[in-house]
Amino acid sequence: MKNNELKIQSDHYAIETNFVNIYYGKFRAVKDVNLKIQPQKINAIIGPSGCGKTTILRAFNRMNDFILTAHLEGEILLHGQNIYHPDVNPVEVRRKIGMVFQRPNPFPKSIRENITWGVKINGYQGNLDDLVEESLRQSALWDEVKDNLDKSALSLSGGQQQRLCIARTIAVKPEIILMDEPCSALDPIATLKIEDLMRELSKLYTIIIVTHNMQQAARASDYTAFFTMDEDRAGVMVEYGETGLIFTRPTDKRTEDYITGRFG
Amino acid sequence: MPRENLDKQIQQIEDEILVLGSMVEEAVFNSIAALKNRDEKKSHDVIIRDEKINEKRYAIENAIMILMATQSPFAHDLRRMSAMLIVANELERMGDYAKGIAKTNLRLGISDTPIPIKEIEKMAELGTNMLQRALTAFVEEDEKSAIKIPKEDDAVDDLFNSAYRTIVNSMIANPSVIDQASLVLWVVHNLERMADRVTNICERTIFIRTGELLEFDASDDETDSLDEMF
Repeated sequence: MKNNELKIQSDHYAIETNFVNIYYGKFRAVKDVNLKIQPQKINAIIGPSGCGKTTILRAFNRMNDFILTAHLEGEILLHGQNIYHPDVNPVEVRRKIGMVFQRPNPFPKSIRENITWGVKINGYQGNLDDLVEESLRQSALWDEVKDNLDKSALSLSGGQQQRLCIARTIAVKPEIILMDEPCSALDPIATLKIEDLMRELSKLYTIIIVTHNMQQAARASDYTAFFTMDEDRAGVMVEYGETGLIFTRPTDKRTEDYITGRFG
Repeated sequence: MPRENLDKQIQQIEDEILVLGSMVEEAVFNSIAALKNRDEKKSHDVIIRDEKINEKRYAIENAIMILMATQSPFAHDLRRMSAMLIVANELERMGDYAKGIAKTNLRLGISDTPIPIKEIEKMAELGTNMLQRALTAFVEEDEKSAIKIPKEDDAVDDLFNSAYRTIVNSMIANPSVIDQASLVLWVVHNLERMADRVTNICERTIFIRTGELLEFDASDDETDSLDEMF
Protein backbone atom coordinates (compact mmCIF):
# COMPACT_ATOMS: atom_id res chain seq x y z
CA MET A 1 0.00 0.00 0.00
CA LYS A 2 1.39 3.45 -0.94
CA ASN A 3 1.70 6.24 1.61
CA ASN A 4 -1.40 8.37 2.15
CA GLU A 5 -3.52 6.21 -0.05
CA LEU A 6 -6.36 3.93 0.75
CA LYS A 7 -7.15 1.98 -2.36
CA ILE A 8 -10.83 1.22 -2.73
CA GLN A 9 -11.40 -2.41 -3.41
CA SER A 10 -14.72 -3.99 -3.97
CA ASP A 11 -15.62 -5.85 -0.84
CA HIS A 12 -18.81 -7.15 0.63
CA TYR A 13 -18.49 -5.28 3.92
CA ALA A 14 -18.03 -1.58 4.54
CA ILE A 15 -15.75 -2.19 7.48
CA GLU A 16 -14.55 -5.37 9.20
CA THR A 17 -12.79 -6.08 12.43
CA ASN A 18 -10.61 -9.18 12.85
CA PHE A 19 -9.97 -10.21 16.43
CA VAL A 20 -9.75 -6.62 17.59
CA ASN A 21 -8.58 -6.11 21.15
CA ILE A 22 -8.24 -2.58 22.50
CA TYR A 23 -6.25 -1.77 25.60
CA TYR A 24 -5.96 1.33 27.75
CA GLY A 25 -2.58 0.63 29.27
CA LYS A 26 -2.84 -2.88 30.66
CA PHE A 27 -6.63 -2.88 30.89
CA ARG A 28 -8.35 -4.65 28.02
CA ALA A 29 -11.44 -2.61 27.22
CA VAL A 30 -12.57 -4.56 24.16
CA LYS A 31 -11.96 -8.23 23.49
CA ASP A 32 -11.80 -10.31 20.31
CA VAL A 33 -14.30 -8.35 18.25
CA ASN A 34 -15.13 -9.82 14.86
CA LEU A 35 -17.67 -7.54 13.27
CA LYS A 36 -18.56 -7.20 9.61
CA ILE A 37 -20.54 -4.02 8.99
CA GLN A 38 -23.11 -4.06 6.21
CA PRO A 39 -22.50 -1.29 3.65
CA GLN A 40 -24.99 1.50 3.00
CA LYS A 41 -27.13 0.48 5.91
CA ILE A 42 -27.73 1.97 9.32
CA ASN A 43 -25.88 -0.16 11.86
CA ALA A 44 -26.60 0.38 15.54
CA ILE A 45 -24.32 -0.63 18.38
CA ILE A 46 -26.11 -1.09 21.70
CA GLY A 47 -25.16 -2.37 25.11
CA PRO A 48 -24.80 -1.35 28.73
CA SER A 49 -22.37 1.28 29.96
CA GLY A 50 -18.75 0.19 29.94
CA CYS A 51 -19.16 -2.50 27.31
CA GLY A 52 -16.80 -0.85 24.81
CA LYS A 53 -19.29 0.58 22.32
CA THR A 54 -17.70 4.01 22.10
CA THR A 55 -14.20 2.51 22.25
CA ILE A 56 -14.86 0.33 19.20
CA LEU A 57 -16.61 3.18 17.38
CA ARG A 58 -13.64 5.48 17.93
CA ALA A 59 -11.33 2.72 16.74
CA PHE A 60 -13.07 2.75 13.35
CA ASN A 61 -11.62 6.15 12.55
CA ARG A 62 -8.52 5.99 14.71
CA MET A 63 -9.77 8.58 17.18
CA ASN A 64 -8.26 6.43 19.92
CA ASP A 65 -4.85 7.46 18.52
CA PHE A 66 -5.31 10.66 20.55
CA ILE A 67 -5.38 8.67 23.76
CA LEU A 68 -1.76 7.97 24.71
CA THR A 69 -2.42 4.78 26.62
CA ALA A 70 -4.70 3.26 23.99
CA HIS A 71 -3.45 0.55 21.68
CA LEU A 72 -5.12 -1.91 19.36
CA GLU A 73 -4.38 -5.48 18.40
CA GLY A 74 -5.96 -7.13 15.42
CA GLU A 75 -7.11 -5.51 12.21
CA ILE A 76 -9.76 -3.11 11.12
CA LEU A 77 -10.32 -3.38 7.38
CA LEU A 78 -11.86 -0.68 5.23
CA HIS A 79 -12.70 -2.28 1.91
CA GLY A 80 -10.16 -4.97 2.69
CA GLN A 81 -7.33 -2.63 3.72
CA ASN A 82 -6.11 -2.48 7.32
CA ILE A 83 -6.51 1.09 8.51
CA TYR A 84 -3.97 0.49 11.28
CA HIS A 85 -1.24 -0.46 8.80
CA PRO A 86 1.85 1.68 9.50
CA ASP A 87 1.73 3.11 5.97
CA VAL A 88 -1.80 4.41 6.36
CA ASN A 89 -2.35 8.11 6.99
CA PRO A 90 -4.85 8.44 9.86
CA VAL A 91 -6.00 11.85 8.57
CA GLU A 92 -7.06 10.18 5.34
CA VAL A 93 -8.87 7.54 7.41
CA ARG A 94 -10.76 10.27 9.22
CA ARG A 95 -11.75 11.88 5.96
CA LYS A 96 -13.24 8.63 4.70
CA ILE A 97 -14.75 7.75 8.04
CA GLY A 98 -16.36 10.83 9.54
CA MET A 99 -17.74 11.24 13.04
CA VAL A 100 -20.65 13.05 14.62
CA PHE A 101 -20.54 13.44 18.37
CA GLN A 102 -23.03 13.39 21.19
CA ARG A 103 -22.91 17.11 21.84
CA PRO A 104 -23.16 19.11 18.61
CA ASN A 105 -19.76 20.77 18.16
CA PRO A 106 -19.87 23.20 15.26
CA PHE A 107 -16.87 25.44 14.83
CA PRO A 108 -17.38 28.92 16.32
CA LYS A 109 -17.56 30.23 12.77
CA SER A 110 -20.30 30.97 10.28
CA ILE A 111 -22.52 28.24 8.92
CA ARG A 112 -20.75 28.47 5.55
CA GLU A 113 -17.29 28.32 7.05
CA ASN A 114 -18.19 25.24 9.08
CA ILE A 115 -18.58 23.41 5.79
CA THR A 116 -15.83 25.01 3.74
CA TRP A 117 -13.06 24.91 6.34
CA GLY A 118 -12.54 21.14 6.25
CA VAL A 119 -12.73 20.84 2.45
CA LYS A 120 -10.27 23.74 1.95
CA ILE A 121 -7.76 22.02 4.21
CA ASN A 122 -8.17 18.90 2.07
CA GLY A 123 -7.28 20.95 -1.02
CA TYR A 124 -10.74 21.21 -2.56
CA GLN A 125 -10.65 22.98 -5.92
CA GLY A 126 -14.32 22.98 -6.88
CA ASN A 127 -17.11 25.52 -6.39
CA LEU A 128 -17.50 26.09 -2.66
CA ASP A 129 -20.96 27.61 -2.88
CA ASP A 130 -22.26 24.55 -4.70
CA LEU A 131 -20.62 22.29 -2.16
CA VAL A 132 -22.13 24.22 0.75
CA GLU A 133 -25.59 23.99 -0.78
CA GLU A 134 -25.22 20.30 -1.62
CA SER A 135 -24.03 19.42 1.88
CA LEU A 136 -26.75 21.45 3.59
CA ARG A 137 -29.43 19.98 1.32
CA GLN A 138 -28.20 16.46 2.03
CA SER A 139 -28.38 17.16 5.76
CA ALA A 140 -31.91 18.62 5.48
CA LEU A 141 -30.78 22.03 6.72
CA TRP A 142 -30.59 24.11 3.53
CA ASP A 143 -34.13 25.53 3.62
CA GLU A 144 -33.71 26.68 7.21
CA VAL A 145 -30.38 28.46 6.77
CA LYS A 146 -29.98 29.34 3.09
CA ASP A 147 -30.60 33.03 3.67
CA ASN A 148 -28.26 33.24 6.66
CA LEU A 149 -25.14 31.32 5.69
CA ASP A 150 -22.89 33.96 7.23
CA LYS A 151 -24.63 33.77 10.57
CA SER A 152 -22.74 32.14 13.41
CA ALA A 153 -23.29 28.39 13.66
CA LEU A 154 -23.68 28.85 17.40
CA SER A 155 -26.91 30.77 16.86
CA LEU A 156 -28.63 27.62 15.59
CA SER A 157 -30.75 25.32 17.74
CA GLY A 158 -29.29 22.06 19.04
CA GLY A 159 -30.95 19.98 16.35
CA GLN A 160 -29.83 22.40 13.63
CA GLN A 161 -26.28 22.42 14.97
CA GLN A 162 -26.20 18.64 14.84
CA ARG A 163 -27.41 18.64 11.25
CA LEU A 164 -24.72 21.20 10.48
CA CYS A 165 -22.14 18.86 11.98
CA ILE A 166 -23.48 16.13 9.70
CA ALA A 167 -23.24 18.50 6.72
CA ARG A 168 -19.66 19.28 7.69
CA THR A 169 -18.86 15.57 7.79
CA ILE A 170 -20.40 14.76 4.43
CA ALA A 171 -18.82 17.78 2.72
CA VAL A 172 -15.51 15.91 2.60
CA LYS A 173 -17.22 12.98 0.88
CA PRO A 174 -16.74 10.19 3.40
CA GLU A 175 -17.79 6.60 2.90
CA ILE A 176 -18.78 5.89 6.45
CA ILE A 177 -20.38 8.15 9.05
CA LEU A 178 -19.90 7.24 12.69
CA MET A 179 -22.36 8.68 15.18
CA ASP A 180 -21.80 8.54 18.92
CA GLU A 181 -25.22 9.01 20.56
CA PRO A 182 -26.00 11.86 18.16
CA CYS A 183 -29.47 12.53 19.57
CA SER A 184 -29.02 12.21 23.32
CA ALA A 185 -28.74 16.01 23.70
CA LEU A 186 -31.75 16.66 21.45
CA ASP A 187 -35.50 16.88 22.01
CA PRO A 188 -37.79 14.18 20.54
CA ILE A 189 -38.72 16.16 17.42
CA ALA A 190 -35.10 17.01 16.60
CA THR A 191 -34.25 13.34 17.26
CA LEU A 192 -36.79 12.09 14.74
CA LYS A 193 -35.52 14.59 12.18
CA ILE A 194 -32.00 13.22 12.60
CA GLU A 195 -33.33 9.68 12.23
CA ASP A 196 -35.13 10.61 9.01
CA LEU A 197 -31.91 12.21 7.83
CA MET A 198 -29.95 9.06 8.66
CA ARG A 199 -32.35 7.05 6.53
CA GLU A 200 -31.74 9.37 3.56
CA LEU A 201 -27.98 9.42 4.12
CA SER A 202 -27.79 5.64 4.25
CA LYS A 203 -28.60 5.57 0.54
CA LEU A 204 -25.10 6.98 -0.02
CA TYR A 205 -23.12 6.29 3.15
CA THR A 206 -22.67 3.48 5.65
CA ILE A 207 -23.82 4.66 9.04
CA ILE A 208 -22.70 3.24 12.37
CA ILE A 209 -24.48 4.68 15.39
CA VAL A 210 -23.83 4.01 19.06
CA THR A 211 -26.96 4.58 21.07
CA HIS A 212 -28.17 4.07 24.62
CA ASN A 213 -31.71 4.38 23.36
CA MET A 214 -32.96 0.94 22.44
CA GLN A 215 -36.15 2.25 20.95
CA GLN A 216 -34.04 4.40 18.63
CA ALA A 217 -31.89 1.42 17.63
CA ALA A 218 -35.04 -0.62 16.95
CA ARG A 219 -36.74 2.21 15.09
CA ALA A 220 -33.93 3.65 13.05
CA SER A 221 -31.43 0.93 12.21
CA ASP A 222 -31.19 -1.92 9.70
CA TYR A 223 -28.63 -3.97 11.64
CA THR A 224 -27.85 -4.04 15.35
CA ALA A 225 -24.76 -5.23 17.22
CA PHE A 226 -25.13 -5.99 20.91
CA PHE A 227 -22.08 -5.62 23.13
CA THR A 228 -21.80 -6.52 26.78
CA MET A 229 -19.18 -6.63 29.48
CA ASP A 230 -17.58 -10.02 29.99
CA GLU A 231 -16.53 -11.35 33.39
CA ASP A 232 -13.07 -9.79 33.02
CA ARG A 233 -14.76 -6.42 32.36
CA ALA A 234 -13.71 -6.44 28.73
CA GLY A 235 -16.37 -5.55 26.20
CA VAL A 236 -17.38 -8.35 23.85
CA MET A 237 -19.71 -8.47 20.92
CA VAL A 238 -22.52 -10.91 21.61
CA GLU A 239 -24.37 -10.83 18.33
CA TYR A 240 -24.93 -8.77 15.20
CA GLY A 241 -27.89 -9.17 12.92
CA GLU A 242 -30.91 -7.67 11.25
CA THR A 243 -32.57 -5.28 13.66
CA GLY A 244 -36.02 -6.82 13.21
CA LEU A 245 -34.71 -10.23 14.23
CA ILE A 246 -32.53 -8.96 17.08
CA PHE A 247 -35.53 -7.23 18.64
CA THR A 248 -38.06 -10.02 18.10
CA ARG A 249 -35.97 -13.18 18.56
CA PRO A 250 -32.35 -12.63 19.52
CA THR A 251 -30.23 -15.76 19.51
CA ASP A 252 -28.36 -15.05 22.76
CA LYS A 253 -29.94 -14.88 26.20
CA ARG A 254 -27.69 -11.96 27.15
CA THR A 255 -29.20 -9.96 24.29
CA GLU A 256 -32.71 -11.01 25.30
CA ASP A 257 -32.11 -9.99 28.91
CA TYR A 258 -30.71 -6.60 27.94
CA ILE A 259 -33.34 -5.60 25.42
CA THR A 260 -36.22 -6.73 27.63
CA GLY A 261 -34.79 -4.82 30.57
CA ARG A 262 -34.19 -7.91 32.66
CA PHE A 263 -30.56 -6.94 32.81
CA GLY A 264 -28.67 -7.07 36.13
CA MET B 1 -36.66 -7.07 40.00
CA PRO B 2 -36.70 -4.99 36.81
CA ARG B 3 -39.96 -4.87 34.84
CA GLU B 4 -41.94 -6.35 37.68
CA ASN B 5 -44.78 -4.02 36.76
CA LEU B 6 -44.81 -5.28 33.17
CA ASP B 7 -44.78 -8.92 34.26
CA LYS B 8 -47.66 -8.26 36.61
CA GLN B 9 -49.72 -6.59 33.90
CA ILE B 10 -49.05 -9.41 31.45
CA GLN B 11 -50.17 -11.91 34.05
CA GLN B 12 -53.40 -9.99 34.63
CA ILE B 13 -54.17 -10.13 30.93
CA GLU B 14 -53.41 -13.86 30.86
CA ASP B 15 -55.88 -14.34 33.71
CA GLU B 16 -58.47 -12.55 31.60
CA ILE B 17 -57.69 -14.87 28.68
CA LEU B 18 -58.36 -17.85 30.93
CA VAL B 19 -61.66 -16.26 31.97
CA LEU B 20 -62.54 -15.76 28.30
CA GLY B 21 -61.69 -19.41 27.69
CA SER B 22 -64.11 -20.48 30.44
CA MET B 23 -66.84 -18.31 28.95
CA VAL B 24 -66.30 -19.97 25.58
CA GLU B 25 -66.36 -23.48 27.07
CA GLU B 26 -69.60 -22.64 28.85
CA ALA B 27 -71.11 -21.29 25.63
CA VAL B 28 -70.19 -24.47 23.73
CA PHE B 29 -71.52 -26.70 26.48
CA ASN B 30 -74.81 -24.77 26.67
CA SER B 31 -75.27 -24.60 22.91
CA ILE B 32 -74.92 -28.39 22.62
CA ALA B 33 -77.19 -29.05 25.61
CA ALA B 34 -79.80 -26.74 24.07
CA LEU B 35 -79.57 -28.61 20.77
CA LYS B 36 -79.87 -32.01 22.46
CA ASN B 37 -82.93 -31.02 24.45
CA ARG B 38 -84.34 -28.75 21.74
CA ASP B 39 -84.33 -25.98 24.35
CA GLU B 40 -84.94 -22.69 22.53
CA LYS B 41 -84.65 -20.51 25.63
CA LYS B 42 -81.21 -21.89 26.35
CA SER B 43 -80.17 -21.16 22.78
CA HIS B 44 -81.38 -17.56 23.16
CA ASP B 45 -79.27 -17.22 26.30
CA VAL B 46 -76.16 -18.41 24.46
CA ILE B 47 -76.76 -15.83 21.73
CA ILE B 48 -77.22 -13.02 24.25
CA ARG B 49 -74.18 -14.03 26.27
CA ASP B 50 -72.00 -13.94 23.17
CA GLU B 51 -72.02 -10.16 23.62
CA LYS B 52 -70.13 -10.62 26.87
CA ILE B 53 -67.56 -12.78 25.08
CA ASN B 54 -67.03 -10.04 22.50
CA GLU B 55 -66.71 -7.38 25.20
CA LYS B 56 -64.15 -9.43 27.08
CA ARG B 57 -62.15 -9.99 23.89
CA TYR B 58 -62.03 -6.27 23.11
CA ALA B 59 -61.07 -5.43 26.68
CA ILE B 60 -58.15 -7.85 26.42
CA GLU B 61 -57.13 -6.41 23.05
CA ASN B 62 -57.27 -2.88 24.45
CA ALA B 63 -55.16 -3.80 27.47
CA ILE B 64 -52.52 -5.35 25.23
CA MET B 65 -52.45 -2.32 22.93
CA ILE B 66 -51.88 -0.07 25.93
CA LEU B 67 -49.06 -2.29 27.16
CA MET B 68 -47.45 -2.28 23.73
CA ALA B 69 -47.67 1.50 23.52
CA THR B 70 -46.34 2.15 26.99
CA GLN B 71 -43.85 -0.63 27.67
CA SER B 72 -41.85 -0.84 24.41
CA PRO B 73 -41.82 -4.63 24.41
CA PHE B 74 -39.14 -6.53 22.56
CA ALA B 75 -38.27 -10.18 21.93
CA HIS B 76 -40.07 -12.53 24.30
CA ASP B 77 -42.35 -9.83 25.75
CA LEU B 78 -43.35 -8.75 22.24
CA ARG B 79 -44.00 -12.32 21.11
CA ARG B 80 -46.09 -12.96 24.20
CA MET B 81 -48.22 -9.87 23.65
CA SER B 82 -48.76 -10.47 19.96
CA ALA B 83 -49.66 -14.10 20.72
CA MET B 84 -52.17 -12.98 23.35
CA LEU B 85 -53.85 -10.77 20.74
CA ILE B 86 -54.18 -13.72 18.38
CA VAL B 87 -55.43 -16.09 21.08
CA ALA B 88 -58.09 -13.63 22.24
CA ASN B 89 -59.26 -13.47 18.64
CA GLU B 90 -59.33 -17.28 18.34
CA LEU B 91 -61.43 -17.53 21.50
CA GLU B 92 -63.88 -14.92 20.30
CA ARG B 93 -64.30 -16.87 17.05
CA MET B 94 -64.96 -20.03 19.04
CA GLY B 95 -67.63 -18.10 20.90
CA ASP B 96 -69.12 -17.28 17.50
CA TYR B 97 -69.21 -21.00 16.69
CA ALA B 98 -71.20 -21.65 19.87
CA LYS B 99 -73.54 -18.83 18.92
CA GLY B 100 -73.88 -20.38 15.46
CA ILE B 101 -74.89 -23.71 16.99
CA ALA B 102 -77.47 -21.91 19.15
CA LYS B 103 -78.90 -20.15 16.09
CA THR B 104 -79.06 -23.44 14.25
CA ASN B 105 -81.13 -24.90 17.06
CA LEU B 106 -83.58 -22.03 16.70
CA ARG B 107 -83.77 -22.44 12.93
CA LEU B 108 -84.40 -26.17 13.27
CA GLY B 109 -87.52 -25.27 15.21
CA ILE B 110 -89.87 -28.18 15.81
CA SER B 111 -88.42 -30.36 13.05
CA ASP B 112 -87.59 -33.94 13.86
CA THR B 113 -84.50 -34.04 11.67
CA PRO B 114 -82.19 -36.79 12.87
CA ILE B 115 -79.20 -35.25 14.65
CA PRO B 116 -76.03 -37.32 15.26
CA ILE B 117 -76.05 -36.08 18.83
CA LYS B 118 -73.61 -38.68 20.15
CA GLU B 119 -70.89 -37.58 17.76
CA ILE B 120 -71.74 -33.92 18.37
CA GLU B 121 -71.51 -34.29 22.15
CA LYS B 122 -68.26 -36.18 21.87
CA MET B 123 -66.76 -33.59 19.51
CA ALA B 124 -67.73 -30.82 21.95
CA GLU B 125 -66.28 -32.74 24.88
CA LEU B 126 -62.99 -33.41 23.12
CA GLY B 127 -62.78 -29.85 21.79
CA THR B 128 -63.41 -28.13 25.12
CA ASN B 129 -61.02 -30.48 26.87
CA MET B 130 -58.33 -29.66 24.30
CA LEU B 131 -59.10 -25.97 24.75
CA GLN B 132 -58.67 -26.06 28.52
CA ARG B 133 -55.30 -27.74 28.28
CA ALA B 134 -54.17 -25.56 25.38
CA LEU B 135 -54.90 -22.40 27.35
CA THR B 136 -53.05 -23.76 30.38
CA ALA B 137 -50.10 -24.59 28.13
CA PHE B 138 -50.33 -21.07 26.69
CA VAL B 139 -50.12 -19.20 29.99
CA GLU B 140 -47.44 -21.56 31.27
CA GLU B 141 -45.55 -21.44 27.95
CA ASP B 142 -45.52 -25.24 28.00
CA GLU B 143 -44.06 -26.02 24.58
CA LYS B 144 -44.18 -29.81 25.07
CA SER B 145 -47.93 -29.88 25.71
CA ALA B 146 -48.49 -27.41 22.89
CA ILE B 147 -46.85 -29.86 20.50
CA LYS B 148 -48.89 -32.84 21.75
CA ILE B 149 -52.41 -31.38 21.93
CA PRO B 150 -52.92 -30.76 18.18
CA LYS B 151 -52.54 -34.51 17.55
CA GLU B 152 -55.88 -34.99 19.34
CA ASP B 153 -57.54 -33.05 16.54
CA ASP B 154 -57.51 -36.28 14.53
CA ALA B 155 -60.13 -37.80 16.83
CA VAL B 156 -62.35 -34.75 16.33
CA ASP B 157 -61.87 -34.99 12.57
CA ASP B 158 -62.85 -38.69 12.65
CA LEU B 159 -66.05 -37.84 14.51
CA PHE B 160 -66.73 -35.06 12.02
CA ASN B 161 -66.34 -37.47 9.10
CA SER B 162 -68.67 -39.96 10.76
CA ALA B 163 -71.31 -37.32 11.57
CA TYR B 164 -71.01 -35.85 8.07
CA ARG B 165 -71.67 -39.23 6.48
CA THR B 166 -74.65 -39.83 8.77
CA ILE B 167 -76.15 -36.49 7.81
CA VAL B 168 -75.53 -36.94 4.10
CA ASN B 169 -77.02 -40.42 4.21
CA SER B 170 -80.13 -39.02 5.88
CA MET B 171 -80.44 -36.51 3.03
CA ILE B 172 -80.14 -39.27 0.46
CA ALA B 173 -82.68 -41.43 2.28
CA ASN B 174 -85.15 -38.61 2.68
CA PRO B 175 -84.65 -35.57 0.44
CA SER B 176 -87.40 -33.67 2.27
CA VAL B 177 -85.02 -33.17 5.20
CA ILE B 178 -82.22 -31.68 3.10
CA ASP B 179 -82.78 -28.10 4.28
CA GLN B 180 -82.87 -29.09 7.93
CA ALA B 181 -80.03 -31.57 7.65
CA SER B 182 -77.87 -28.88 6.02
CA LEU B 183 -78.28 -26.81 9.17
CA VAL B 184 -77.02 -29.73 11.26
CA LEU B 185 -73.95 -29.87 9.01
CA TRP B 186 -73.14 -26.38 10.28
CA VAL B 187 -73.11 -27.64 13.85
CA VAL B 188 -70.54 -30.34 13.19
CA HIS B 189 -68.58 -27.96 10.99
CA ASN B 190 -68.38 -25.40 13.82
CA LEU B 191 -67.18 -28.01 16.29
CA GLU B 192 -64.52 -29.24 13.89
CA ARG B 193 -63.33 -25.65 13.29
CA MET B 194 -63.23 -25.08 17.01
CA ALA B 195 -60.69 -27.87 17.43
CA ASP B 196 -58.66 -26.37 14.57
CA ARG B 197 -58.55 -23.07 16.44
CA VAL B 198 -57.28 -24.86 19.53
CA THR B 199 -54.44 -26.03 17.31
CA ASN B 200 -53.78 -22.38 16.38
CA ILE B 201 -53.51 -21.52 20.08
CA CYS B 202 -50.90 -24.27 20.47
CA GLU B 203 -48.96 -22.89 17.51
CA ARG B 204 -48.81 -19.51 19.27
CA THR B 205 -47.49 -21.10 22.45
CA ILE B 206 -44.62 -22.59 20.51
CA PHE B 207 -44.10 -19.23 18.79
CA ILE B 208 -43.70 -17.46 22.14
CA ARG B 209 -40.95 -19.88 23.14
CA THR B 210 -39.08 -20.17 19.86
CA GLY B 211 -40.02 -17.19 17.70
CA GLU B 212 -40.89 -19.68 14.95
CA LEU B 213 -44.38 -20.26 13.61
CA LEU B 214 -44.83 -24.00 13.34
CA GLU B 215 -47.96 -24.99 11.43
CA PHE B 216 -49.65 -28.24 12.31
CA ASP B 217 -51.10 -29.85 9.16
CA ALA B 218 -54.88 -30.20 9.04
CA SER B 219 -55.76 -33.81 8.26
CA ASP B 220 -57.33 -34.58 4.89
CA ASP B 221 -61.03 -34.98 5.34
CA GLU B 222 -64.38 -33.65 4.20
CA THR B 223 -63.55 -30.39 5.97
CA ASP B 224 -61.82 -29.05 2.92
CA SER B 225 -64.79 -29.69 0.66
CA LEU B 226 -67.16 -28.31 3.30
CA ASP B 227 -65.09 -25.13 3.55
CA GLU B 228 -65.30 -24.85 -0.21
CA MET B 229 -69.08 -25.36 -0.12
CA PHE B 230 -69.61 -22.65 2.48
